[in-house]
Amino acid sequence: MDIDLLSNILFATVRCGTPLLLVALGELVCEKSGVLNLGQEGMMLFGAVIGFIVALSTGSLWLGVLLAVLAGMLLSSLFALVALVFNANQVATGLALTIFGVGLSSFVGAAWVGKPLLGFEPLVVPYLSDIPLIGRMLFAQDILVYLSFALFALVAWTLLKSRVGLVIQAVGENPNAASAMGLPVLFVRTLAVLFGGAMAGLAGAYLSLAYTPMWAENMSAGRGWIALALVVFASWRVWRLLLGAYLFGFASILYLVAQGVGLAIPSNLLAMLPYVATIVVLVLLSRNALRTRLYAPVSLGQPWQSGH
Amino acid sequence: MLLSLEPRGQESRAMLWFSPLLAAILTLISGSLLFVALGLDPLLTLHTLLIAPVSDLYGLSELMVKALPILLCALGLAVAYQARIWNIGAEGQLLIGALAGSAVAVNVIDVDSRWVLALILLIGIAAGAAWAGLTAWLRTHFNANEILTSIMLNYIALNLLLYFVHGPLKDPAGMNFPESAMFGDASRLPLLTEDGRVHAGVYFALLALVAVWVLLQRSFVGFQIKVLGLDKRAAGFVGFREKRLVWLALLISGGLAGLAGVCEVAGPIGQLVPQVSPGYGYAAITVAFLGRLNPIGILFSSLLMALLYLGGESAQMTLNLPQAITQLFQGMMLFFLLACDVLILYRPRLKLRWARRQMAAVPGAV
Repeated sequence: MDIDLLSNILFATVRCGTPLLLVALGELVCEKSGVLNLGQEGMMLFGAVIGFIVALSTGSLWLGVLLAVLAGMLLSSLFALVALVFNANQVATGLALTIFGVGLSSFVGAAWVGKPLLGFEPLVVPYLSDIPLIGRMLFAQDILVYLSFALFALVAWTLLKSRVGLVIQAVGENPNAASAMGLPVLFVRTLAVLFGGAMAGLAGAYLSLAYTPMWAENMSAGRGWIALALVVFASWRVWRLLLGAYLFGFASILYLVAQGVGLAIPSNLLAMLPYVATIVVLVLLSRNALRTRLYAPVSLGQPWQSGH
Repeated sequence: MLLSLEPRGQESRAMLWFSPLLAAILTLISGSLLFVALGLDPLLTLHTLLIAPVSDLYGLSELMVKALPILLCALGLAVAYQARIWNIGAEGQLLIGALAGSAVAVNVIDVDSRWVLALILLIGIAAGAAWAGLTAWLRTHFNANEILTSIMLNYIALNLLLYFVHGPLKDPAGMNFPESAMFGDASRLPLLTEDGRVHAGVYFALLALVAVWVLLQRSFVGFQIKVLGLDKRAAGFVGFREKRLVWLALLISGGLAGLAGVCEVAGPIGQLVPQVSPGYGYAAITVAFLGRLNPIGILFSSLLMALLYLGGESAQMTLNLPQAITQLFQGMMLFFLLACDVLILYRPRLKLRWARRQMAAVPGAV
């Protein structure tokens, strides 16, 4: 295999892994605080459609990104209200959020399907992008990919090194003890859910404004769900999340690789690969139940109220 | 906040059934607000959406045609959800049922025997059950989360279906359209009426309804399923075998979804097409919850959901509204239901001190 092809594969892997990384980072923070939000797919789609509509009608891509982030937060605040304040089952509420988000985005975006938009262009860093193999992967991407690098660093630093990270983990591991220490459990969880919504909205904007600048129904194609599997894959550890996102990014572009080396496999069969990979990874990772239990936040998915 | 939530101490049975109604009403209200915001006459739009589609006999028969796959899927989901097995895979199980049934049907087009139909239906049920069995196997053997595996299997099933309908099952005489050949007459479900599309699948749905009701409300296995759902550890202590129940619940769930799928291709559609299901398997999730995981409740909520599907089509035709309004209302309804369910365990109370001060401000009120 020649080095150009390899360099292209790495470039596309990061491009394709970026939306997964963004959503998964949000969900990681959310789950670290003890909340399981299955609504990622819905928030992502809503972010994508709002971002697209705003960018196309105002001509400002950044305004689109901003509104997409807010759109994700708006939906996640609904989740926070029902799951955290009303104490509804988090699994059911997350599902409801996805169904709602899918419907809402298709409804809002019906008139915008197939319209062309000039999305974010690659921002090529001179000289650095000429580094063989990894140059294009790291320095010839669009600005949202660079932003995802920065957000990764921010989340990693927050979770591993900062006081805020400790607070989030305390709330997720033992909300009763955290509450007894005077930490505002519900407030922290709500903020974590909102952060998850913002990241999902951003990931949606990345899809509709950079990755494939257009809007199509269900364009996230299950990425929100794959991101949820990624968090399990990463055993709730942020560095493995980075690895996992790009691994899945690679699985999603395998069809390009297959074309590159001249394999003729029907496209529908190749399109299954990321989903099959997700199942395989879940199987490999979950086989050891003890391990999952060791790394998962103890109170994950359980409702909590003050005064209990 | 003026409102506070006060624990009731026990479930309110009245609220258990009032909450779905309240959710439906709130959905109607928010829907009307949405229509006003879009510059539409809310009453007229609601009429187009919910009343016009079923204002004649043909409409009512279409309602039954649409309700059938939703009902079958939701009944299966109810069995799984009672055990707290989150099968999100009804959509994929339905598609695989349709795919497998079609694979048989296109090979027996010329056979003129009713046994062919029985074979097709059985293959469809078995395929749906097997697809759900994958989820059961992944969960019981590898401890893999069934929500994620069943969702992934949905996407895989859809791609499998697309592959077959664009490839091996494509009608050679079909002008290159991605469709299978039309099934033979013997492979089609017989129609029940002269006009309209209501077909014999209705009997299967009624049969399934009774069977699931007996299973959940009157059988020991149903009891075990419910105990497993309420308290996994308790079920383990009394010796109920979790793995077996997981398998059973998922196989029933998948079999019913597979039946729904094969009834669609052998019934109203008559061939395999890429759009076998406009999201029936996902709609069934809302329907199962709205019907309180109770077969009778599910019967009513599936009719309501079928009405939403019909309404979406008529709103698109007459008002030019996007058909996605069906999914939008679906999502709203489920959301409102979950929010209203807070009333089952809690009583909303006005903050008393505030209320008293208000009362005191009105002369003669205290």
